[in-house]
Formats: sequence, C-alpha cells, structure tokens
Amino acid sequence: MSREIAVRVEGLGKRFQIGAAQGYQLLTEKITERVRSRARKPPSRDFWALRDVSFEVERGETFGIIGHNGAGKSTLLKILSRITPPTEGGARLRGRVGALLEVGTGFHPELTGRENVFLNGAILNMKRREIQAKFDEIVEFADIGPFLDTPVKRYSSGMQMRLAFSVAAHLEPEVLLIDEVLSVGDLAFQEKCLGRMESATEEGRTVIFISHNLASVRGLCDRAILLSSGRVTAAGGVDEVVDAYVGDIMGESEQELGDRENRVGDGRLRYTDLRLEREGQVIDSPATGKDFEVVAGFETRDGNPLRNVNFGVSITAQGEDKPMISAYSETAGTVFKQVPARGEIRCLIKRCPLPAGQYFIDVWSDIHQQMLDALSHASDLTIGGGDFYGSGREVIGHRTVLVDQRWSLDEIDADGDRRAVVAQDPVEVN
Amino acid sequence: MSTAEAHAVGPQETVVAPPRGWRAFDFGELWGHRDLVYFLTKRELQIRYRQSFFGIGWAVLQPITLTFIFALFFGKLVNLDTSIPYAVFAVAGLVPWLFTAQAVTNCANSLVKDAELISKVYFPRLAVPLALSLSLIVDLGFALVVLLVMTLLYDVSIASTFYLVPAFLLLGVFTTFALGTLFAAINVKYRDVQLVVPMLVQIMFFITPVIYPTSLVVTGDWRYLYALNPLTSVLEGLRWALFDTAYPGTGVIAISVASAVVLALLALWYFRRTEQFFADLI
Repeated sequence: MSREIAVRVEGLGKRFQIGAAQGYQLLTEKITERVRSRARKPPSRDFWALRDVSFEVERGETFGIIGHNGAGKSTLLKILSRITPPTEGGARLRGRVGALLEVGTGFHPELTGRENVFLNGAILNMKRREIQAKFDEIVEFADIGPFLDTPVKRYSSGMQMRLAFSVAAHLEPEVLLIDEVLSVGDLAFQEKCLGRMESATEEGRTVIFISHNLASVRGLCDRAILLSSGRVTAAGGVDEVVDAYVGDIMGESEQELGDRENRVGDGRLRYTDLRLEREGQVIDSPATGKDFEVVAGFETRDGNPLRNVNFGVSITAQGEDKPMISAYSETAGTVFKQVPARGEIRCLIKRCPLPAGQYFIDVWSDIHQQMLDALSHASDLTIGGGDFYGSGREVIGHRTVLVDQRWSLDEIDADGDRRAVVAQDPVEVN
Repeated sequence: MSTAEAHAVGPQETVVAPPRGWRAFDFGELWGHRDLVYFLTKRELQIRYRQSFFGIGWAVLQPITLTFIFALFFGKLVNLDTSIPYAVFAVAGLVPWLFTAQAVTNCANSLVKDAELISKVYFPRLAVPLALSLSLIVDLGFALVVLLVMTLLYDVSIASTFYLVPAFLLLGVFTTFALGTLFAAINVKYRDVQLVVPMLVQIMFFITPVIYPTSLVVTGDWRYLYALNPLTSVLEGLRWALFDTAYPGTGVIAISVASAVVLALLALWYFRRTEQFFADLI
C-alpha cells in the first residue's frame, strides 16, 4: 500500500502582539489615541505562539500533539481548523475536515435535546440530511431516555455532556481534529467515545489528537509531536515523544518564574520561583496523605515593602479548568500586614488530599482584591500515590479530593432502639 | 492574484495559509453552510418565541403601540398632509422601520454574542448576522399583517401598483443587512460600537421619513441628497406602491439603490477583511 499524506503542515507560525492592541478595544480609546498623537503607546512586543511547525500525517493514522498548557497546541488546532489564520507557513488537509475543539459548542439551554442535536450537528458542519439519518443512533448512544423533548437546561450536566458527545462521536469527516475534549464526562462514557474513535481510524479516518492524558495518547496514537513554547521539540513514535515530554516536566519544575511573560496583575509584586518541600527538603512529587509545602519566592517591584498582601495557591488536575484545591491566606485567617521587598511565601498543605496523578499549580497575590501577580500553570505537579486513609487501600482514579472520614452503622430494631454494629474488619482511621 | 487565506480546493483539499491581499467574498462557501444558516435562524425563532411571554404578539404589539402614539401626537396635534389617514401612513412607515432598527441593533451584537461559537468552530462568519436578519424577517411578516389590517380598518384603498411592494421591502432588507453586517464586524474589534448603534438608529429614525412625508423636510434637488439614505426610497416607495401617495421619483429611487449597493459592498469588503481575525479578538 502506498503511503498517502492526509495532512501536511509546513513552517507554520502564529504571531501575537503583546502589550499593544490585544483583543478588542474601545473605539473611543482608539480615537483619543489618534488625537493625542504623541500619547505614549504601551510598548508592543511580538510573541510567537507557534513557530516553524512542520509535520506530516498519513491517511488513517492517529497523530498526537502533546505539550504544556500554553505550548501552542490549541493554537495549532485552531489554525488547522481555520478558526484563526497563521502568520506564516501553511497546511494542506486532504478530505473533509471536522474539528472538535469543545463538546457541545452552541448548545442552547432553552432548546430541547432534539433541537440541540440538529443545531450542534449543523455547527459541526453536518448536513441536515446526515443528522436526520443518524438521529436515532445519536439519541441511543447518548442514552438520555425520555428527555429528548425537554429543554436541555433541565438536564443533569452528565446528560448534557453525553448528548453533546454523542453528536460529536457521529461526526464522520475524513480528517478529524480533536482538542482535549475527551477528558471531561464520566469515565465509562469516555471509553465508549474512545472506542468509537478507534473504530473510526480502522475505517481509514485520519485523527489529530491533543491531550494531556498521556495514557490515552499512548493508547490511541501511532506517532506524535511535542510542542514546547510553540516549537516542535520532539517528533516520531508516540512512546519516544511521550518520554521526551515526561523528561521535560522533570526538567522544568524549577523553571524561572520571574521570566514568565504570561502573567496577570499590576506587577507591584512578582513571583520569581516555585518549589515543593517536605520538612525542609526539596521534593519532586508530594505523596498522597503526606504534608508538603508550596514555596514561592517573590520580589516587590520597587524594592519597598508592601502592606496587607494576600497570597493564593490552587491545584488543578491536568485537563480540567476548575481547581480541586484553593488555598488563600486571607480566608485561612492569616494576614501579612508587612511584606518585605524580597522573600518566600510558604503554604503548608497538610496530608495531601489528592490521589496520584498529574496536576498543575496556579499562584497569585493581591491587596484588597487588586491583583499584584497571577501565574496560571506556574508549575506542573505530579502527586505520587499514597495510603491516605491508612487502610492499606490506595484510592485510584482522578478528580476527587480525599477527606478524613469515619463510618459507622447502627441497627434499629422493631422497638426503635438502636445498637451499633461493629465493622467486620475494624480499621483504625486517622 | 488574490490568494485566499483558506479555501477549499475542489471538494477534497483544504489549504491553510496566511491572509494576503484582497479576497473576493466566497458565496459558494456560505451556500455550502446553508444548513447551518437554517438551524441558526431556527434557533433565533425558537428562542424568541419560546422565551417571551407574548411570543408573536411582541412582533405585532410594537408597531401597533407606536402607531397609536404617533397618531395621537402627530395626527391630532400637527396637521400633516399625508393624503391618507395618518395612522395608516405611520404604520406603513413604522413596520419596515422597526425591522431595520431591530435588525441593525441586534446584528451589531450578534457576533459578540456568539463568541463561543466563533472561537471554537469554523464556519463562514456571515452566517451569524444573516441568520439573525432572516429570523427578523419572520417578525416583519407578522408586522405586515398589522399593516394590512390597519389598511382595511381605515378603509384605505390599495393601489394597483401594490405588486411593487416586495421590491421596496427587498431594498429595505438589503440595506438593513448591509448595515447590520458592517456594525457586527466593527463591534468585534471596537466593543463600544454596540453602545453607539442604538444612538445612530435613533438619529436615523428622525432623518428618515418614517412618521412624516419627505416633502415636509426637503423639496427640489435636495431630495437627491436625501435619497442617499436608501430607507427614504424604501418607505416612500412602499407607501406609493401601496396607497398611491406621492411618487418618490425614479431618480431618487435610483440613487437609493446605488447607495445601498455601495453600502453593501463596503460592508462585505470590511467583513471579509476582518472576519479571519474574529476568533483572535473576540
């Protein structure tokens, strides 16, 4: 069989301008700017979200794109799906292209499940006839039962997700571009969707797949590229590239935060570095159930101390956007009236309540809600497993926070008297 | 010479490249997305008629109320020479005007409102203001029924030229869509335009012969300048075709049509030039 190239990307680059007119503006601002021609314009700098990205994907192949948040993965997918144009270079995609950057785009809460299936299908560029033909299959796959003609706002979030996924899973383009969408929704349903995806490639569909979930990348993809700061830093077989990425994560844990451009705040205070410690020792990955400290170095901009600064640290699972843990000095009752020009802030997290997995840390600081410095994804965080409950059983699986708990069982007899039932295998729980 | 930034080469290949030079508007692509336009239009109608208490009533109530108010003030207090009962004169102006006012205001916000769609999915962006305008045409249809009923109530005879009414309405819809599209695109970049648009619409209301005849404000050659506002011909033409009021003049109509075409070309050009960056800005 001759190899046929389905997607060819050559020297792709995307430039953004930082500082200048970023995003939308106000016309009145623009006019005043023009009028005051000598007005100081904020210095604008070029920022290449992607540069010199080249790769080829063969027909029928599943191709992975991995990299940190902000490495340019999503921008690459947006360019390939034509949502945004490249600044240089180009790409050719052979065959009908379908892109799935988000599940349920355009779902409207007031519309019924049925109506949303058609709307969402049309948004994903399915023809009306195609949706009609697949309609029963979509509804069955989503398993939403008798709620087809109920407005989606009355659905549980799981039902909404299943319906949205189901429409997406019935997309049948020749080239399918998927962004991190499979990390949401419940696990069983995810597997069902992945199963459909896999059978799709057997039918000769080409899939380009972005994910944080290294296991699913390994499982699904044949080849992959690793993006770091917008450039391809590794390419080839999926195992090789995933290994390179894991190596990257290790290397970057002590990355200089002070040089990061991607931050929010007025800059009166600036985080300079971040590390993890346990009992004064620097560690790579905290263990579930053990204390650890997030230690962040900072400096004030003008070298003077600041007053009443609040500090925050949050931890989010990779691929999610809502933090699982959010620690904030003010709500914890700690007020730093006097903050020196240079120092380190420490947040001790007792008995790490997160199960083993990949996470990332955000840090920020503010004075009376006025943001000084905020860094999203300041560092990746790998939690090594551990026996949180001391029960000899480790909690496996993501996205849950472990809490201290104690269970007991009472028996209530016919007279309404209650009597504690002793557990068969009593285990001492902290 | 114009290189398309991204276009389908035949049915098989998609080319992605940096934008370069002037690009003709790709109507073929929009046609290819007609099912999307259909469902977006349907969405607008479903939401509008499901959420609001009055449903269709709203489309009907607005022209009736305004006509009543204007008839009360202008019809009674100011004696306008309209050759037909003032209420009928006013409703014939208000029905197409309200369509324009609503469509332009809503179109201006339409792209920003659908920001999620624009930043997550590719489709010809024109589909959004187009679908919104199409959905408002349905409202216009209901409002036209009001116009018909009022005509019958006041026992005004319908002229033999009534078959020309759709032509003037078409000019109105065309002008409205051009304006709405232009503001929609500008609003993506300059977000305060959505605050300016209602004011512009308000000003337009007073300089357009909605509730008064053109003859009240301009006469002679000034009419040609006045005709640069295509809505002048839409409203005067519609009333002439329906009720045989004063004929706006072929010259006036020609100027209005030309003006509308220029406006539409300008709007399409600006839209085409900026649409590829919508996702970066929104």
